[in-house]
Amino acid sequence: MAKLIGKQLLKFIALMFAVSVVVFFLVGLSPIDPVQANVGQAAYAALSPEKKAELATYWGTNLPIWERYLNWLLAALQGDWGISLRFNQPVTAVLAQRAGNTLLLMLVAWLLSGVIGLFMGIVAGMKKGSGFDAFVKGYCFVLASTPTFWFGLIMLMIFAVWLGWFPLGFSVPIGKSAADVTLADTLYHLILPAATLSIVGVANIALHTREKTIDVMESDYIRFAQARGMSRWQALRTHGLRNLLLPAITLQCASISEIFGGSVLVEQVFSYPGLGQAAVTAGIGGDAALLVGIAMVSAVIVFGGNLLANILYRVVDPRIRQGGDAL
Amino acid sequence: MSEEEKDQVIEGHEHHHDHSHEAAHHHHLHAAQSHHTHGYHLLQVENLSIGFDMYEQTGKWTSARAFSPVIHGLNISVHEGEIVAIVGASGSGKTVLADAIMGLYEPNSLVEGTIYFDGVEQTTETLAQHRGREIAFVPQSVKSLDPLMRVGKQIGGTAEKRAELFQQYRLDPQVERMYPHELSGGMARRVLLCTALVSDPKLIIADEPTPGLDLELAVQAMADFRAFANKGGGVLLITHDIELALSVADRVAVFRDGTVIEETAVANFSSPDTLQEEFSRSLWRALPEHEFAVIPMEEGWR
Amino acid sequence: MTNEEIKQALGAAPTGHEHHDHKNRAFVFHSPLKVKTGNRKKSLIVSVLCLVALVLIAVVGALLMTQASATDLSVKNQAPSLSHLFGTDQLGRDMFLRTVSGLSTSIGIGLIAAAVSSVIALVLGSAAALGGKKIDTFVTWLIDLMMSVPHIVLLILISFALGKGFIGVTVGVAITHWPSLCRVVRAEVLQVKQSRYVAVARQMGQSSVQIALRHILPAVFPQLLVGLILLFPHAILHEAAITFLGFGLPPEMPAIGVILSEAMSHLSMGAWWLAFFPGLALVGVVMLFDVAGQCIRSLVDPHQAQR
Repeated sequence: MAKLIGKQLLKFIALMFAVSVVVFFLVGLSPIDPVQANVGQAAYAALSPEKKAELATYWGTNLPIWERYLNWLLAALQGDWGISLRFNQPVTAVLAQRAGNTLLLMLVAWLLSGVIGLFMGIVAGMKKGSGFDAFVKGYCFVLASTPTFWFGLIMLMIFAVWLGWFPLGFSVPIGKSAADVTLADTLYHLILPAATLSIVGVANIALHTREKTIDVMESDYIRFAQARGMSRWQALRTHGLRNLLLPAITLQCASISEIFGGSVLVEQVFSYPGLGQAAVTAGIGGDAALLVGIAMVSAVIVFGGNLLANILYRVVDPRIRQGGDAL
Repeated sequence: MSEEEKDQVIEGHEHHHDHSHEAAHHHHLHAAQSHHTHGYHLLQVENLSIGFDMYEQTGKWTSARAFSPVIHGLNISVHEGEIVAIVGASGSGKTVLADAIMGLYEPNSLVEGTIYFDGVEQTTETLAQHRGREIAFVPQSVKSLDPLMRVGKQIGGTAEKRAELFQQYRLDPQVERMYPHELSGGMARRVLLCTALVSDPKLIIADEPTPGLDLELAVQAMADFRAFANKGGGVLLITHDIELALSVADRVAVFRDGTVIEETAVANFSSPDTLQEEFSRSLWRALPEHEFAVIPMEEGWR
Repeated sequence: MTNEEIKQALGAAPTGHEHHDHKNRAFVFHSPLKVKTGNRKKSLIVSVLCLVALVLIAVVGALLMTQASATDLSVKNQAPSLSHLFGTDQLGRDMFLRTVSGLSTSIGIGLIAAAVSSVIALVLGSAAALGGKKIDTFVTWLIDLMMSVPHIVLLILISFALGKGFIGVTVGVAITHWPSLCRVVRAEVLQVKQSRYVAVARQMGQSSVQIALRHILPAVFPQLLVGLILLFPHAILHEAAITFLGFGLPPEMPAIGVILSEAMSHLSMGAWWLAFFPGLALVGVVMLFDVAGQCIRSLVDPHQAQR
């Protein structure tokens, strides 16, 4: 076990290093000059001359890019990820505020789409060829072709503009400071973005589970369970579910990357203050330090999803638990 | 063969020709053990036909619906206390037959015929009620067990019943806590038998229960079936191994081209003269202790 | 074929519950349920129709670019009507024309992305399969690296690196869509490499280049074609998304992302048609590509597409 943890840790460090190089070089190569782009910004104006010089060293063109990268890396390893010009705060502080919102949104969407998708997929697979099956296939097919942000716009139009149940954007009611926001407020503003992400996210897991259900129901052990007197649904409940859960969990964990991508778009549509919205603000505003920070955090989240899949797999499957080569 | 045995064989032979008298009751020759406990067979299958409705590619761009018959006009019976072996080539539809007797049907199949179990004519629904209870199935391999569930839980029944079966079939109590992939070949075979016996069945249908087992284990497996039959149960053994069938069964049904061409006592396999069908005789000649003659087969006998 | 005909095919006497003749009595335990399966001719026709429709949209949209950006303030903010099917925007531009032009742009960018990505996939996939363990490990690692950051974030970064705009989004979409196709190519090439006919060709003294061109490329081509067409939907959706976020095509270009981004600011005024129809049309185009891809896959690989 210790060996496995060590191996994963090593893999994590190597990957993060590689990601940081790629991300830093992409951002550093940008013709968008952060010094130029931010001259008019209040944050930039408020900077001390030393800070400005430091900023130039960070992002300016007066140093070769690999040297800038080393500077950034050394500082980043000590916890200094630079200053976000757009938010006038250390990058780490912006990330800390925003990551919670995004993770909450992702978690709700992840669970909802996972559970609903699993349910739809199983029922469709069990009733292959039925009307419900046709509905699920059609639904998934259309949803897989639907841009998340457009669906978000339609939701906004129906529930915020026409029905007026929700405000047009802003996770925090205007005029309230962040400290006054209650849990109820947060949940209220979470509903539409989470619903949008979930409804679109169902397609993948439902189709996959449907295929798996058909496979599992044709497997030797389900056939034997039926030969032992169980009905199809009994056999599914006793033997099918745990065998279906494994691939579903893996897929759902692997789709964290897509859910993050979806959350970037949904946050933009619903003005939900998460990492995605910050990434867009940073990208448009030339806030390089923040952009690098968010990219790194997104890579950590994706890695975490894959790791979670591996761990859950070990917990559920005795063959891997005892074989010990999954991680 | 003693005179007495020969008489029985001959008597059975006549019995066969006499079947019009007993209506559709008999299509087979009896063995010494065959008896009709309550005046009927434990299992009696008559005129069973199974086929599949499929689509076939008929040209580069076209396909057409086609019907492919797998089994037609099949008759077979199992008496109480006997083992009947259905011997046929692999992949010739014997497994489909086992499914049909248990009332398990593919969506695209057409299955018709008459099946009596314990003297009662069966329907799809009544077969479903017997399946896994009075009629139990022993599958080929451990692949038929749920890979993610412990063996004890899969066998089911009460803890006492399992303990009793484990003791009877020389299984360590620890096997209860094992997962299927941890079982050895011999253990797996006995576990599979226990899954069938836990419901106290009257009839066991065993589908190729011995491949992959070494000779000693295969013999042991057969002895376990024999013990079950001796206590009054019936066993329908589906196999491609004629030697195995002859060594353990009371009667052998020769399965060829989707039907049983001859259902006869094992004793009749002692000489080609007591076999009615030319194909059965060629089977006899192919036995190792005879000439090892190649069977004249279009469809291949493996 | 009716069940009666099936019975005749079986050679069994026509039987049923109503027959009480003892000898022939039979119980029908199960009759076949209706099965529906695809047919190759249908797949071919559907895929050709889809592709024709897509080419039509691309050409017509490209020809209408100038009309699409023509403003007419006398008809601004009109709801859909017969003269303006999708309504008009705040500058009086016809939304139907803008949408078709936007779709044409999307298809164009999708074409570039599909072409570039499939070339990268072909090169890296075959290199991984043929070039030995080290190259294989490297390509696998490269794919892992590409997948380690969410696609949208990667697109934002590339677009940012290239200074946003047309170049940024096109390059971004083009160079990020190869990993899944690369895996397919790698697996396919590995399979062909181990097949007997390649071994025979090698024994007959054909060079590696000859083998690659004569045997491996033709074998991989069908899968590559299917992968390429199924790549369009992803590329088009990503282009629209990144444009919507403000990193992609500039506002003056007709693009669905631009249209939807503008529509968002007019949503509160109740101009629902600005967002609804263009998005729906985009869904339609993406689905056309999807259907075409699935149909071609069923032609190329009938087993996989059976469900």
